[in-house]
Amino acid sequence: MNNVAATELIFELSQPGRRCHRLPACDVPPESPEPDLPERYRAAAPPPLPEVGEVDLVRHYVNLSTRNMSIDTHFYPLGSCTMKYNPKRHERWAALSGFAALHPYQDEESVQGILRLLYELQEFLGEISGLPAVSLQPAAGAQGELTALLIAAAYFRDQGQTHRRKVLIPDSAHGTNPASATLAGFETVTVKSTPQGLVDLTDLRSKLGPDVAVFMITNPNTLGLFERQIRTITDWLHEAGALVYLDGANMNAILGITRPGDFGADMQHYNVHKTFTGPHGGGGPGSGPVAVRDFLAPYLPVPVVVREGERYRLDYHRPKSIGKMHTFYGNVGILLRGYCYIRTLGPDGLKQVSEQAVLNANYLRARVAQVLEVPHPGPCMHEFVASARKLLREKKVRAMDLAKRLLDFGIHAPTVYFPLVVPEALMIEPTETESKATLDAFADTLARIVQEDPDFLRAAPHTTPISRPDEVQAVKQPILRWQPSGASSSSPPAPAAPAAETPQVVPAAS
Amino acid sequence: MSYLLNTAEEQQAMLAYLGVPSVEELFVAVPPEVRLRRPLHLPPALTELELHRQVEELAQQNASAAQYPCFLGGGAYDHFIPAVVDAIASRSEYYTAYTPYQAEASQGTLQVIFEYQTLMCQLTGLGVANASLYEAGSGVAEAVLMALGVTGRQDGEVLVAETVHPEYRRVLGTYLANLPCSLRVLPAPEGFLDPDDLQAALSDRTAAVVVQSPNFFGHLEEVADLAAAVHRVGGVCIAVFDPISLGLLRRPGDCGVDIAVAEGQGLGIPLGYGGPYLGILACRDEPAYLRRLPGRLVGQTTDRHGQRCWVLTLQTREQHIRREKATSNICTNQGLMALRASVYLTALGPQGLRETAELCLRKAHYAARRLADVAGAELRFRRPFFKEFTLRWPGPTDALPQQLRQRGFLAALPLGRWFPSLADCFSLAVTEKRTRAEIDALADALAHCRPPSRP
Repeated sequence: MNNVAATELIFELSQPGRRCHRLPACDVPPESPEPDLPERYRAAAPPPLPEVGEVDLVRHYVNLSTRNMSIDTHFYPLGSCTMKYNPKRHERWAALSGFAALHPYQDEESVQGILRLLYELQEFLGEISGLPAVSLQPAAGAQGELTALLIAAAYFRDQGQTHRRKVLIPDSAHGTNPASATLAGFETVTVKSTPQGLVDLTDLRSKLGPDVAVFMITNPNTLGLFERQIRTITDWLHEAGALVYLDGANMNAILGITRPGDFGADMQHYNVHKTFTGPHGGGGPGSGPVAVRDFLAPYLPVPVVVREGERYRLDYHRPKSIGKMHTFYGNVGILLRGYCYIRTLGPDGLKQVSEQAVLNANYLRARVAQVLEVPHPGPCMHEFVASARKLLREKKVRAMDLAKRLLDFGIHAPTVYFPLVVPEALMIEPTETESKATLDAFADTLARIVQEDPDFLRAAPHTTPISRPDEVQAVKQPILRWQPSGASSSSPPAPAAPAAETPQVVPAAS
Repeated sequence: MSYLLNTAEEQQAMLAYLGVPSVEELFVAVPPEVRLRRPLHLPPALTELELHRQVEELAQQNASAAQYPCFLGGGAYDHFIPAVVDAIASRSEYYTAYTPYQAEASQGTLQVIFEYQTLMCQLTGLGVANASLYEAGSGVAEAVLMALGVTGRQDGEVLVAETVHPEYRRVLGTYLANLPCSLRVLPAPEGFLDPDDLQAALSDRTAAVVVQSPNFFGHLEEVADLAAAVHRVGGVCIAVFDPISLGLLRRPGDCGVDIAVAEGQGLGIPLGYGGPYLGILACRDEPAYLRRLPGRLVGQTTDRHGQRCWVLTLQTREQHIRREKATSNICTNQGLMALRASVYLTALGPQGLRETAELCLRKAHYAARRLADVAGAELRFRRPFFKEFTLRWPGPTDALPQQLRQRGFLAALPLGRWFPSLADCFSLAVTEKRTRAEIDALADALAHCRPPSRP
């Protein structure tokens, strides 16, 4: 783990003249009398990339990999990110050359296998959500949100209702929701939560009107609670002529239990990398398909995979389509993993996933509640939010201190300081693929940690390769790339200071 | 088949601890009227062996670039991927980790991204690069959103050369659909954007100009001249580049480009039927640009022991803090693809990248000469090109891809679907992987694809 060499940058290992990869000799005849490349386009030298041998390269990246926590090495209860086990078989299947070596512009006859897979996945996602029309194109959850909002905008434009400028968003929502709404050209309006952590119906009612286009709701919400009044909420929105969008980040809790289409959502996105085990890749790739009701199908991005008899093809002829969100067809490699997951589990297996995710979360919630305040009454769905508010008041120990100390015990930290509506929040999502023993170990560890010396906690972690990086310095004097020593840093001063009271907000990513 | 661990006994113990009789009781908050009272209509579960057979069969129903020499381009290229790229990217400590929110638990990923940012700066000749975007199409859209902010011309005009990949243009159009700016395509009938034509289109309303070089037809644009013209009216020059081409060509930053965007697929990422790919974005190292840079950034700092280390930084630009005021809604990105590109560029080094680019150039030009010898085929445009070129064919080109595949090639991208005036044209791309024998055989195959007799 603490291999000192791994901390050197690849640029510092560079030795002029060292090489890793060699190219074959050119086997075509020399240039014609005219040079292939006129001099004015030619660079004097190739880019100053590092020069290393293959052994340098492999040791460097392998050693670096050991400085990560990951699903395959650690318990990773990062709330809202659904860090569940990633099946190894998926990696083998995604690497089959019949998938990995397909060019996106091959003729359709030559890609019938992958088109069939994608078509069937569209059908599966339509069934799971109760929203039958699906686009696999969005490359991530946030792009799925944007896609759905652009669909809503196109729909209302088509209906002559361009006065619908507002998107309502609960205060507990993921930050991507308001960002996507703004990008889609809407104004955002925040809807309050009740002390119980649900949408405040009175506040919602007061904000409903003929200018509302969409209500973006996460259900189960980011506090891990199912919005009991969901039917009332969706009925109100529909009566007001607006659409309901479901942020599908928390689908892992409701597979086969309830369907967004059945509780009144008109559109939703999926996070295939969360719910259907696309590995998160250190931040991606993800995949964010969108499912909508039939009347919104004409607005889906092109192309959509369609079946004609036994043949599959890409349908570009959709005159009302919002256009394209992705150069090609989305993150097919991640979609493929999601397909394999659904086929492996089947209807019963998917339902068991949600049941076990909810059981694990409730069990852990009950155990954690012995140690920390859990502000919202249970039962919860697949995740819950604890608060270190009391600990801060009594011992000046913050949620972040607990998070950091957990790292010493080989446990990845929960999401901290999100959702914003809970002070000193620790958002914990164990997922269904963890055992009771792991959950017990987590709860026991947390119980032990809160008893520890506050100074010791504030200095945690103590065993990781580094501890408590100076984030303020990183912002004030940004160093965003390596430069040879002696080269003056041209990085500018900080664009904006970090929020003073919040040490670090760890978001729930879509 | 599932991936659950808890036995029936353990589940009972957990329920007993909770004091509830069944898991069903935990779903009390889901009202009965919205409960699904039937199993999902999905195919039944399969074992690994059963699904392996089915998935292999689906894979075999596709003709892949592993079986057929691939001459298709248009934004995705069959470059060689050294084995070290797969070996490193298949380390599960990388691919099963998440966004490095906890720096202490993520120094591996953070350092990789910092190195990736540096490599992108070295490659482009620009001062700042982000930690990746989805792919080039949405990358172009994000660059334009940046330019609207930098210039303050939110209701201004965005000019896009017709030679920019038509799907990038389409994605851009989708992103801008509800924003106050306008989008205009600049015609390029000779396969490149004439600087005089651009000059005529520029005004003090111009927020951004988007060009691509090598462009969709494979040709080099006069990027330095175009950038200078855009700057004279106070606009931002956005250039889409091919990372492989920079082994030979002048870098975007050295040509005066303000924001450079690329599809990073060619850097060690499998064709994968169009994704996941890698959106590269680099820009000027100036506060106005940095403030509006979308996506994640990793910065260097020191920890409490004074050790050099890496953290996510400048997060106040991002959606989880700025919410509706964020510069972009980007959250999940393409981290694993950024790792692949980093390993690829490191494996090649400056000489390897130069030799790869040189092979692409030489082989593409050889192919162009050979194919233009085939009866009836000719180069459509007379402009310098890198690894991709456009041929005119005597007759419609729609059936050519299938005809060539039946003769053993993935080749010929018909251009009529995007450019009606080029319905008799197709493009070909030649990478370092193609051999002289394959190119010669393609020329023979093309000679046998009889164009339909003319009416």
